[in-house]
Amino acid sequence: MNIRIVLNYLIKRLRLPSALLTSQYALMLEYRAEIVLWAISGILPLFMLGIWKEADMSLALGLSNEWLTRYFVSAFIVRQFTAVWVMTSFEEDNLDGRLSPLLLQPLFPFWRYYFSHIAEQFSRLPIVILIIGFLVIALPGFAWLPSLSTLIFFLLALFLSFTVRFLLHWLFAMICFWTDKASALERLLLIPYLFLSGLVAPLEAFPPSISSFALYTPFPYILSFPANILAGSKVHLIEGFLALFLWGLLFLILGYFLWKKGVRFYSGMGA
Amino acid sequence: MSIITARSVTKKYLIAEKNPGIKNTFKHFFSRRMSEIMAVDQIDFDINQGEMVGFIGSNGAGKTTTLKMLCGLIYPTNGSIQVAGYTPVLRQKQFLRQITLVMGQKQQLIWDLPPLESIKVNAAIYGLTDREATKRIDELASMLELNTELSRPVRKLSLGERMKAELLVALLHRPSILFLDEPTLGLDINSQIRVRKFLAEYNNKYEATILLTSHYMGDITSLCKRVLLIHNGTLFHDGTLNDLTDKLSPSRYVQIELRESYPKSNFEVFGTVVVHDGCLVKVLIPKAEFSETLSLILTTYPVKDLEVSEPPIEQLIGNILKQGSL
Repeated sequence: MNIRIVLNYLIKRLRLPSALLTSQYALMLEYRAEIVLWAISGILPLFMLGIWKEADMSLALGLSNEWLTRYFVSAFIVRQFTAVWVMTSFEEDNLDGRLSPLLLQPLFPFWRYYFSHIAEQFSRLPIVILIIGFLVIALPGFAWLPSLSTLIFFLLALFLSFTVRFLLHWLFAMICFWTDKASALERLLLIPYLFLSGLVAPLEAFPPSISSFALYTPFPYILSFPANILAGSKVHLIEGFLALFLWGLLFLILGYFLWKKGVRFYSGMGA
Repeated sequence: MSIITARSVTKKYLIAEKNPGIKNTFKHFFSRRMSEIMAVDQIDFDINQGEMVGFIGSNGAGKTTTLKMLCGLIYPTNGSIQVAGYTPVLRQKQFLRQITLVMGQKQQLIWDLPPLESIKVNAAIYGLTDREATKRIDELASMLELNTELSRPVRKLSLGERMKAELLVALLHRPSILFLDEPTLGLDINSQIRVRKFLAEYNNKYEATILLTSHYMGDITSLCKRVLLIHNGTLFHDGTLNDLTDKLSPSRYVQIELRESYPKSNFEVFGTVVVHDGCLVKVLIPKAEFSETLSLILTTYPVKDLEVSEPPIEQLIGNILKQGSL
């Protein structure tokens, strides 16, 4: 009896996320070519792997080639599933008045954007698997099998990393209420993301002062932390998860505050 | 019982103005010149439950701004609004469950998917069970004469089919207050009639309150007993269409068929002669002097037949919408 009540409750609670996910997934599948292009556009870590290997700098920095390969392949996977474009889409919706119907439904518009991102990540999963399969053939000896616990921690860290990155971009997206071109800030966020997240180089390769500074920003936890977990590197799990939680909480609170302030300026332009 | 109350509602917008030329472009970059636009100026009205009210006025008169304030999309600069006992801008969930906004020039349907996908999402948002959602979809689809269109991508639907699907998705949660901003915009005459018929049925069946803006007078005359005419942000008229006709046209036409013809100048003393064709004369007479003038005509001339008429409301309001002035 109790199980049935719990099940009914769960089904009821999951109905909305599942409807949002399935509709957005269906929408993403309408754009097959676009998904492939998006997935391919995220191969920067694989380029960086090639550069590092060609420059033969890894040994000079005390990093093995095997570890570098694992790190950059893991970074590639993390990047694929933490892609965020909410600033651009929120800005478009704000300027075109497409936000109006969303504001008039008893659902915080945040969830529409959040689930559309998750749906897009599901849709690019097969492409990522294909690229990994190609790498297994192209880079013999690179493949490794993470343990079950590693995999669980990685998936949890990946989900939180995506959420924190999404919340950070959502926070900046709120500036759309005050200025028409807030998406320009996305480029501003890109620079620290590229250099401090560990996307172009592992944090271990940076001078200690810079890597220590990076750890006071959210960026290493968005990419380097989950990538290191998957690569099987030594990571401080508690510190990493705590940092993700605290950054996420901070962005959530600030984002909510800016939403409350900013939505007063919404003029429903074009609608 | 009043379900919508607006008191001294005012909305001002700040607009950045820029003159053409490179010098002004630089000037605009460093220092924006802002000017205040009064979109809505102290309007007051009440709308009762179940009423269908037409909201008319020329482009830029303030209709859409008022609708946006009533449904809670934008904040009024001054004044107070109550809709179903709620302050709209707070957008409380219970309030949002009771209203809907349909915009003829904007849509909430997902463009690349069939309407059923958007409907499914809305059903989940409003917490409808599958059975309830199916029942409501069937009922609304039958009222709107929609069938296989719901399974076709929105981008493949005609404008009329899309508007009907838009109404279905917007009314799935069975709102009791409908804000409709030009719901028949761009539709052919048959689709317009279909949408009007549907709105009348919905209003009748659920005692829904409907506030409708439209540039098609057919929508207003066939659906709304009461009209609000807004002009330059102020409410010019709140009453029946007949009252509005009296207000807009302070004269009546009198068409007289005489037994013999008389010169045109004979009738110019009564008012403006619109037609003078042998024995047929049509004169526009001010309402204030109508009875006396009519008695005078009947006693002075051998009248064979006489017909009194008002200028058609479509023509009067059409003139306002065309000229943008009263």
